[in-house]
Amino acid sequence: MLRWILGGREAQGSAEKSSVLCIGEEQPKNWFTELQVLKGHFDIVRFLVQIDDFRCASAGDDGLVLVWNVETGERLQELRGHSQQITAITTFTCNNGLTSHTSLITASSDRSLSLWDPDTGNRVQTISDLQSSVKCLLVLERLCVWVSGGEELCVWNKDFQLQCHRQNHSDTGITALIELPKNCIAAAMDKEIVIYRLTYCTDSSLSVAEIRCLSDHQDRIRALINVNDGLFASGSHAGELILWDAIDWNILAYEHILWEESQACTQAEIRLAAPKPSEMSIQHLTTNGRHILAAVGSGLYVYSILTKTVVAYRKVAHDSNVLHTMLLSDSELMSCSEDGSVRMWEIQDLPLPAEPASPGLFGMWTFGRSNKQTGPASKKVMDVPNIRTLELTGDLIGHSGAVQMFVSFRENGLVTCSTDHLLILWKNGERQSHLRSLALFQKLEENGGL
Amino acid sequence: MIGSPDVVAFTKEDEYGQTPPDPWALPDEFSIPLHPLADSNPWAKTSYAKFTKDFILISEFSEQVGPQPLLTIPDDPKVCGTFDLNYFSLRIMSVDYQASFVGHPPGSGYPRLSFVEDSRVVLGDSKEGAFAYVHHLTLYDLEARGFVRPFCMAYVSADERKIMLQFQELSLRFSQASESLKAGNRRAFAKELQRKLRDLEYTHSVLQREEGLQREAGPQCMYSAHAVEKANELANVEKSIYEHRDLLRQISSYHRRPRRDPHVVSCQKCINECLSECEQLLDKYAKLAKPFSYTAKGDTGQKGRADGDGGEKEGDEEDDEGVKRRSSYTPQLIKGKSAKCFDKRLKTLQELCDVTFYEATVELLKKTERSFRGDLCYLYTRRLDRALRRKLKITNFLFEEDLGDDEDEDEGGTLRPFCAVNHAVDNCTLLKPLPIVLGPEPPELDALEPPGPLDSASGTSHTQGSELGLVESHLESSPSDQTLETQESSEETKGSFSSDKSEMGLAERQQNLESRKSEAPDPDSDLTPDPDHNPDLERESSSEEMETTAGDDEGDDTPVSLLEVASELEASREDECEGLTDAPCDIEPELLVPLDTACCMAQEGFLYEASAPEAVQPCQALVVNEEPHALIPLQDDYTVGSPAAGLELPVGHLGDAVSRTSAEDGSDCTMSASTGSDLGYGGVVTLRQRKKAGQGALRFVRQYPFAMQALWCLLSGRTLVVLGADEGRVRRLVAALALFVPAPGKCGDRVQAWLSCPFTLTDLQRWKLIGLQRVASPVGSSMLYSLSRYSRYISILDADQKTLRCPPYRGQLLANIADHRTSIRRGSTYFLHLQSTLCQLAAEAFLFTFTHHLHLPVSSTEGPEVVQGRRLCFLQEQLGLGEEDSQILLYLSQLITQQYLQPATGSSAAAATCFSFNYTTSVLYKI
Repeated sequence: MLRWILGGREAQGSAEKSSVLCIGEEQPKNWFTELQVLKGHFDIVRFLVQIDDFRCASAGDDGLVLVWNVETGERLQELRGHSQQITAITTFTCNNGLTSHTSLITASSDRSLSLWDPDTGNRVQTISDLQSSVKCLLVLERLCVWVSGGEELCVWNKDFQLQCHRQNHSDTGITALIELPKNCIAAAMDKEIVIYRLTYCTDSSLSVAEIRCLSDHQDRIRALINVNDGLFASGSHAGELILWDAIDWNILAYEHILWEESQACTQAEIRLAAPKPSEMSIQHLTTNGRHILAAVGSGLYVYSILTKTVVAYRKVAHDSNVLHTMLLSDSELMSCSEDGSVRMWEIQDLPLPAEPASPGLFGMWTFGRSNKQTGPASKKVMDVPNIRTLELTGDLIGHSGAVQMFVSFRENGLVTCSTDHLLILWKNGERQSHLRSLALFQKLEENGGL
Repeated sequence: MIGSPDVVAFTKEDEYGQTPPDPWALPDEFSIPLHPLADSNPWAKTSYAKFTKDFILISEFSEQVGPQPLLTIPDDPKVCGTFDLNYFSLRIMSVDYQASFVGHPPGSGYPRLSFVEDSRVVLGDSKEGAFAYVHHLTLYDLEARGFVRPFCMAYVSADERKIMLQFQELSLRFSQASESLKAGNRRAFAKELQRKLRDLEYTHSVLQREEGLQREAGPQCMYSAHAVEKANELANVEKSIYEHRDLLRQISSYHRRPRRDPHVVSCQKCINECLSECEQLLDKYAKLAKPFSYTAKGDTGQKGRADGDGGEKEGDEEDDEGVKRRSSYTPQLIKGKSAKCFDKRLKTLQELCDVTFYEATVELLKKTERSFRGDLCYLYTRRLDRALRRKLKITNFLFEEDLGDDEDEDEGGTLRPFCAVNHAVDNCTLLKPLPIVLGPEPPELDALEPPGPLDSASGTSHTQGSELGLVESHLESSPSDQTLETQESSEETKGSFSSDKSEMGLAERQQNLESRKSEAPDPDSDLTPDPDHNPDLERESSSEEMETTAGDDEGDDTPVSLLEVASELEASREDECEGLTDAPCDIEPELLVPLDTACCMAQEGFLYEASAPEAVQPCQALVVNEEPHALIPLQDDYTVGSPAAGLELPVGHLGDAVSRTSAEDGSDCTMSASTGSDLGYGGVVTLRQRKKAGQGALRFVRQYPFAMQALWCLLSGRTLVVLGADEGRVRRLVAALALFVPAPGKCGDRVQAWLSCPFTLTDLQRWKLIGLQRVASPVGSSMLYSLSRYSRYISILDADQKTLRCPPYRGQLLANIADHRTSIRRGSTYFLHLQSTLCQLAAEAFLFTFTHHLHLPVSSTEGPEVVQGRRLCFLQEQLGLGEEDSQILLYLSQLITQQYLQPATGSSAAAATCFSFNYTTSVLYKI
């Protein structure tokens, strides 16, 4: 229970360079004022996928896939079938003319793949006894096929028939897959990105061929994402962020995130722990087409694609590794971490430089009398001219274990999943109360009065 | 000799011709009488009574010594003091309105058991200062005159108003007791009959043998005096066998007889048992009692007799042996003449009723006595409280203790029958009371549509009865015959009465009848289009009833028209009943008045008539509910609206008492359970516990200056953790503070009295008040971790260091209940004070929740901000609440909303409840 408590004087936000890391209990911008704990899993919940506007599916190490109604918190379906932990899950939308139906494809360590109908809870298709377990899944809706990656790359059609497959020689296997233009897919394998191309042969059978191997990363590739039609990005364990051209696979930008650099010019800083290699590992990448948000160790890093520069960053955004991030808008972002919290950030313009804050900090072991709490101050970044700051606007505390992932349903709320076997549905209390009032008066009308 | 006792009217001032009621006035049942005791000193009334407190008296009208007291409850001589029980018994037994006519109805060969409904009378003895609710009942005794023994149970009190106002409940309770006694009595009576029949048959066989011997002796003996005497004797015995067999049949048909008493509910299982028992007996004696076919074996004997052989002797002997072998009872020879009634010892009440039933009844009466202890004001307030609370369905889950399941049942219109042998409750719960409509029919109803819904039931029982060959059709005789017979029977009746009591009763009845006829012509009869269906038919039907047993020969000429009308009536009546039973609360007292007419008739007849003719008596059902004293002129004192309150929940009061006692009984075990186990609920469940907790709460408020903040946390839905090392202290604090937890749940499941492990978010969602153990171990540090981690959701009251960490509260709302300089000294006073404040809060929350425009836009042009502004305005200006006080109301409103919506979302029980919070800073309060 380590808390840094600012004593003496009120923190004048405008005058402070050091932003508040521990926001404390007063969070006016945090509108998640209601929560629902969703129980059902027996082990770590690792994956969440959104099925439609009000449903999401969660999957975890217990091999269970649960379908939830986000509006009510009801558990709609329980998809049982996998005997071991789920390693990948994705939605698969079939568009046949007018109607589209969303199914779920799951991969498990028991070396099986299954197709589920989330409406009925039926296991529609299943393939077992694969040579190896699948680590990632990619649906190519345009081609109506989907690709599974592991030690081998397999291409399946929507009826779960193997179209073609390709053994690869890497030990680690494929860890990430993205779709590229011209029927290409990029697969991350250890330090390399391999580009495959899918081609239809004359007898309308599919074949897959390796066309390029990009080996510019110095370390393992941890994240691989599509940015827009012409760009994709990859991040490595060593903190390298590379922006690639999606068509001719050239490097467009290279950014090596090294916290030590900036630390050199900071002052009056309290370091919580010695830097570890994982501190600069890029755990997760996310983008909205204009910015790339990288989770680097326990910090966050916002990179603008237009200017190809760092827009804002915070080295210590969480107490522990950041596991998942999301850009809500150009200025708002959200991150979750192993420390069990979800934090909401806002990219704010840096106020005019002023005199550095007097560090009147002292620690206290009691939880009482904590009006304002400030965490360890982060650095001033004077070397980057037009940099902005990441301001913490709120945090969600509820899980007692690492928050693995979250899915936002916009105004309907936010679902988080965690190693403590729980899902938490965070909602806007005011909106919910309004909805309940509506329901109340509707029921009142139905009943014809009290 | 015995002066007419001052029978007191139980009625209400009739409201004919009164102005329509003020729509804004409080309902009668909720208004406190303005000057309840304006007339005199409240203790003046009881001052001259010779007993100290209310008691129950059971008396008998013995045919040997006249009225005599049997026992009092409580059975303590101090209770009655110098009060003359003998004299009072005399008085209460002299107002028996039961029609206890017995004897041989004309044209019938057999004596009849009179199936008499209980009668209820309130009477007073102003000289003695005693008033009593008197419940007359009749038990059967084979040795008694007319086979009946009149008894009465009386609730004696010095307070007349108490009896008047509690009449309904008293009537209900005593009906239960009476039913229990009668059930036991029927059993005992059937057993006695069985014994008697066996004796008779033995005697019969012996006589037959003797006759046979005589016949063998030769024709010269055939006409000797001795032989004639023997033959007469034999004939007498045979007649006696027929009679007793008929009695047995009658007693076994008891349950098929429709009851008109709305308070009569008996345990279905008991009834079934008794019925099967009786039927068994009947089967047995139907065979035996044919005088010439003694048993199945007796057939051989009969054959032998027909052949003129002497073989029947052996056969009879065999039979006798068979009888002996069948049971340990040895048949005795019955003398031709029974002993004079003054020689024999009459059976005691215990003997008359089965011992189990007797004891159960006494228990029940004891319970009744207990539940009526106390001042009328107390009883009345308690009832008001309950009636009110039962109406507050939407908000009473917030702060009121649970009313219990019995109430729910009663609300459903179910009477729980009292069962002496404690048959499982489940068989009773399904039992509906006989759908007798307590309320009057709506004024626009045609008189042809009588409310008595007995038809279907009686119809079925009827068919059963005729299948069994026990009951003949009730519609067999033509109307003209009926009139004639009625006259005959009433003459007969008069003649057969011998005791003063009966004569007086009859005289009074007739008087009543006359007065009724002179003063108020029955409006219903005027409206009746069919001349056959005038109220007199009631009497006719009753006489017709008496006819049925003898009237085998006239079975088939049922008038078709009558049947048709009856079926029509049945149909229409059913509809009507539905409407009436649907709204039992709408009973208006005004219509209780025209009961008088039928009253007399109900008493006039033999109360055995079942079906169709009764249907034309629209007010019949009311009649049985209201006893004859309704005829007596009204008294102003009793029109304060309380009788209406009593009527409104006709079945609820019983439940009240039951649940009250059960709650009291159960409270101790609840306590022990909660203290016994760590995971037991720490919630306060019963009223007694809550009052006890009131003391703790008062202490808390006086002791801690930040009590207000703590209470605010609880009331605004922020979980309060009471942290402490000493379990007892933490538990006490939790028990005291649990009073303030809104919607604590049925067993206080939102409260955790003692927790010794770190809690999680799920616990916070479930519990609103947690007692947490402070430990100095690794467990303790992880607990501290969870405390600090979830600190935004909780407030922490440190019982050891006397600190409170919670958001600051600056409101004024709670200053009233959390004033540490309060002058309230007693816990129960504080509890009441608290209750009133919480009640007001709940009312405000209710208003807030269900005011449409505070939550939804009035017009489509309004944005959410307008609604928001209106809500704020309502909270701040109209209710005068600050920001923090508003949070209390918002939380209560949220609870009400959730509770209201809950049944709709009941299908998705899996969905977890929501847990809302807000982000505010906390401050640390110190003592």
